Order: sequence, then C-alpha cells, then structure tokens
Amino acid sequence: MILRPRLEDIKIIGFYLGKIIIGLGLTMLVPILIGLAFQESNPVLDFLIALEITLIFGLILTKLCFTEKDLNWMQGMIVVSLSWLAAMLLGAIPLWLSGHWKSFLDACFDSMSGFATTGLVLVQDLDHMSYAHNFWRHLIMFIGGQGIVIVALSFFVKGFSGAFKMYVGEGRDERILPNVISTSRFIWLVSIVFLILGTLALGIVGILNGMKTVNAFFHGACVFMAAFDTGGFAPQSQNILYYHSLAFEIITVMIMILGAMNFKLHYHIWTGNRKEIFRNIETVALFITIMITFFITAIGLSQSGTYPQAIMLFRKGFYQLVSGHTGTGFQTIYAGQFINEWNHFAMFGVICAMAFGGSVCSTTGAIKMLRIGIIFKALIEDTKRIIMPERAIVVQKFHHIKEVFLEDRQVRTALMITLAYLVLYALGAVVGMFYGYPFLNSLFESTSAAANVGLSCGVTSVGMPTALKFTYIFQMWAGRLEFMSVFTLIGFFVAVVKGK
Amino acid sequence: MIVKLKVKSPKRKTKTQNLKLLALSFGFTLFVLRFTLAASFAQSVSSTELIRNAKQYDGKIVVYEGEVIGDIMKRGDNSWVNINDGNNAIGVWISNSLAKEITYTGSYKAKGSWVEITGIFHRACPEHGGDLDIHAQAIRKTGTGKIIIEKLNIGKRNFAVILIGALGLIWILTLLKSK
Repeated sequence: MILRPRLEDIKIIGFYLGKIIIGLGLTMLVPILIGLAFQESNPVLDFLIALEITLIFGLILTKLCFTEKDLNWMQGMIVVSLSWLAAMLLGAIPLWLSGHWKSFLDACFDSMSGFATTGLVLVQDLDHMSYAHNFWRHLIMFIGGQGIVIVALSFFVKGFSGAFKMYVGEGRDERILPNVISTSRFIWLVSIVFLILGTLALGIVGILNGMKTVNAFFHGACVFMAAFDTGGFAPQSQNILYYHSLAFEIITVMIMILGAMNFKLHYHIWTGNRKEIFRNIETVALFITIMITFFITAIGLSQSGTYPQAIMLFRKGFYQLVSGHTGTGFQTIYAGQFINEWNHFAMFGVICAMAFGGSVCSTTGAIKMLRIGIIFKALIEDTKRIIMPERAIVVQKFHHIKEVFLEDRQVRTALMITLAYLVLYALGAVVGMFYGYPFLNSLFESTSAAANVGLSCGVTSVGMPTALKFTYIFQMWAGRLEFMSVFTLIGFFVAVVKGK
Repeated sequence: MIVKLKVKSPKRKTKTQNLKLLALSFGFTLFVLRFTLAASFAQSVSSTELIRNAKQYDGKIVVYEGEVIGDIMKRGDNSWVNINDGNNAIGVWISNSLAKEITYTGSYKAKGSWVEITGIFHRACPEHGGDLDIHAQAIRKTGTGKIIIEKLNIGKRNFAVILIGALGLIWILTLLKSK
C-alpha cells in the first residue's frame, strides 16, 4: 500500500526548498556587481529583477512552510530534485531578459545545462553578450559543479542532520570529512584556491596571446569555472577555438583533469598523501580508459585523413577526447566537423569516453570511474572463480583511499547505476532518431546531454524540436543527480495521486 | 585593378633574354590578376558552407565576410582576429599591417568593423595545430562598426521598482508574523 504524503511532509520540503532558493538568489549579487563594475545598466536590471523574484519565492516558501523539524531521506531527496528544477527556472530569468535566447524554454535549457555542468547551448549572438550575463553563465556552472545544495549547506544553513541526505541526493555519496558541512566547505576551499591559480594562469596566457588585460582575466575566470566544474561553456561562440593557443589548451586540459578527480583524492593529496594518485582505482581507471578511447579515436582520425600530421591529430583528437571523458565539453573544432570531418570510429571513441565520465564525488557526470573499476574487478573475480578449483576462496580487493574488499552489494549498485545511465543515453538517442536525426548523431548528442558533457555534433540548435529540448533537459537533470532523487520525486508524485 | 609591367630591354640583350622577361612579366600579371579578380568578383562564402564543405575549399582562396568580434590578438608580425558572419565565427590569421584596417571589434558595447577577407582557407591548418582557419591576403572594410550607447530600459526599471516594493512588503509581513 502506498501512503499519501502528509501535509507535514510538504511543509518540510517547502521550508528547505525555500532556504535553498534564497541562497541561490543571493548568488545573483555577483553578476550585479560585475554589471556595475562594467557599467552595464540593463544587465544589472535583469539580475535585480531575477534576484527579487527569487527572494520573493524563497521568503514565501520559508514562511508558509515554516518548521523546525529535520529532513528524512525521502524529503531530502525531493528537496534536492526540486531545488535543481527551481534553480533552472529562476536562473533562466536573467538569461531570458537579456534577449539572447529566443524563448524562455531555450533560456531554461541553457540554465539547466549550466547548473548541471553540461555545456550544450542555445544562446544567440554570444559574442555580443554583456560581462554580467556571461559571468552568470559560468557562475551557475561553478555553483552547479559544487552542488546547489552544497552552496546552501556551506553558507546559508547551520549544521543539521538532514544535510547529509541532501548531500547524497546531489549524486555524492562520499564524505571527505566526518561532518558534511565541513566536507562542503572543504570542496569550496579546494575550488576557490584552484580558481585563483587557474584564473591567474589563464589570464597571463591570455595577455601573452594578445588579449586585453581585463578580457584576459575575465576569460580566465570564466574558462576556469567551466573547466574545473567540467561544464564547457566559454565566453565566446567559438568556445576554446577562439584563443588559437596551444598554451591555453594545455592549461585547460590540466584543469579539466583536476575537475574530474574525486574531491576525496584532492583532500589526500592536499594532506600529503601523494602516492594515492597512483594507487587509487579511479585514477588508474581514468588513465586506462583515456588511453583506450584515445587509441580508438586516433585510429578513426588517421583513417579519415582529416589531420595529415601526427601532431595535429594528437592536438585535436586528444583535446576533444579528454574534454569528453572529463565531461567538460570544451571544443577546439566546430560542431559540424564531428560529422563532416571525423569518421564513425573516431566518434565512437569519443562517445565511449563521454559515457564513462570522471570520478565519483567530483563535478563530472556519467557512469564514473569507480563504478567502471568495480565492474571490471567483479569481472576478474568471476573469471577467477571459473578458472580456480571450486574449493578456492576468491577474494578481490581494490584501492580507493584504503584497501576495500569487493562485495556483491557494491557490484550490484555499480551495475544498477550503469544500467540506468545506459537507458538514459538510449532514451535521448531514440527521441533524436524519432525526429529524423541519424543514429550516430542522436547517440552522440544524447550521451553528451545525459553524461553532462556538452560536446555537440550539431543536433543541439534553436531549431531542434521542442520535445527534444525537454528530453535533453530531463537527461541533464537526471544524469547530474544520478537518478535516486529523481526516482524519489517521481515516486512522491505517484504517492500523491495513488496513495491512501 | 590590373597591374601591367612595362619592361624596357637594353639594346645589348639578346632575343632570348627579352622573351624571358616577357614571360616573367606575363606570369606576374597573372599572379596579381588572380588575387585582384578574386577580391573584386568572387562571392563571399558563408562560414556554414566553409565548415560543411571544408574539404572542397581546403587550400583554396576564399572570400569571407563578417564582423570582427572579441580581441585582436597580436602574435609577432601577425594577429588572430575572429570574424563572425552571423552563423559562426572563423579565425583569420592576418598581418598586423592589414589588421590596422579594423577600427572596432564586436562586444556588448560595440558593433565590430565589417570586413571582407580574401585569403587561403585551411580545413586543418598545418601551421596552427589543425585549426580550421583562413590566412588573409587582403582585407576590405565594408562597414566601420561603432560604439553602442546603452539606453536604460524604462520598462525593466519600473518592474524592478515594483518588485522591490513587493519584496519589502513580504519582508515586513514575515517579520511581523514571526514576532
């Protein structure tokens, strides 16, 4: 028997949702300051309007639903999934007001793409966008990469036990420090330190590349946020191709890989345990899968003959591959080149890389390296069981911060999430094919959306069918939250309708 | 414009030398004609066409027209400029002397100079790590560009003021309720 949710459940959900919305609204003060600094009056008004609407919603929710009770698991999951939908809608307001998006749906698409650190875009005339709006596009990636709830947990919510439930709901199941609030703050500390270093590095390279100083550092900050949070937006329409710079590409590759690493691994490296990077199952799996998928891509590219020199092939092939594998979505080629210049085998390599993703407890999407590693270890264990005598006890271990014995429960969870991702990749591909797009194009774009990558082969455009836009929005949302909170929300609505 | 070379041959020069000079001048005239005619009569190719049929245009002289956007990035004697024709922006590798033609670059506060570039198109440039680009040989300014003076949107301003009032009211009500 399904129990209908009580009014108290709805009140608790509404209260915490309201708090998170207020937190999100306050982040709009940053683009307001940017707009004031660059004397952009209309963009400042856009953000002021969005901030006011957000605060009004947040205040009404917190007051109407005021409670002092803590969250249970179901409520925590629903708060998270609704927070991301609210963030999409409210974050899209200033974008839509700017006039750079043809409809509110398109603005919502880019807003979800930003928060979910995907990087697919429907923006128009990006090269004439204000600094304030452009900064917001990248800031939402930074906020979404850390986790919208993490922002609220770090700055706007005092410690409470429901925090961990929301933290898990955002697709993170590892606590770096014993307290989840301290964990959130550590994630911010790492991100801010890297933000300063990354902005400096990219800014200096920008100046050396001939950019104006202000632009160099502005682009540096934006590109860092998009790279570290494996987002993929860039301030100009050509994405990373705009810079025509090898140094810029090398630095962004390094930042993308840093962003794809587990924050727990960052913690251990920061505290002096540098050997962990060579032993951890995730870094080993990441290295191996990058090598394998790049090998496939390189064979494909050499067959297609697009890049006659090896160095060109490496520069273009490796960049798109790492960008896809880490879930970033930066491109140094045009979307159409994937289809026109790369052959199917090369594209297959990139699709596999996108589907694998980076580490758990990082800013990447997709299946992720820990699960790939666990499934591979389970395969070895089962193979050993077949080969070895029946009486032999087969024990499989893997190293993830510490030595861990492989258990059936871990394998089952890894397989379930992997299966869910495969279904999600297929869903978008089927919808794409339904609307007449070729199979490979549909699969490429669908995997990119669901794995929160952002590489595009040209399917994502203003003119694509509305249903496909909704499909990609759903894929970005479900892929970023790793299903649990989305399933809980669906279950909640079923209970509202069918419960007794 | 067609450039013709007049060669004055000295009396002592043999007939063969004269013929060589004539052939050279003819070749030079053809060389100059190739670029001037390309610039004068060739229709500009869109970025979409160049990206879609990159193999067909690879290594050929193309005419590409659009607005200069972003920064002019100087690299030694040449610069990178990105030119957007309304669909995509393509990188153009141009000598600094030619880049002087550009007065404004497109941004939020400026409409960039509109230029017509004649140059060699590369599907995967061997000099620039495989970038799809154009190496400019000639530039012609077709629009000057301008600074955009931002006008305050009165509708947005009024709406923001109304919302501030509403927010203030809700804030006061919540404070009263909590007391």
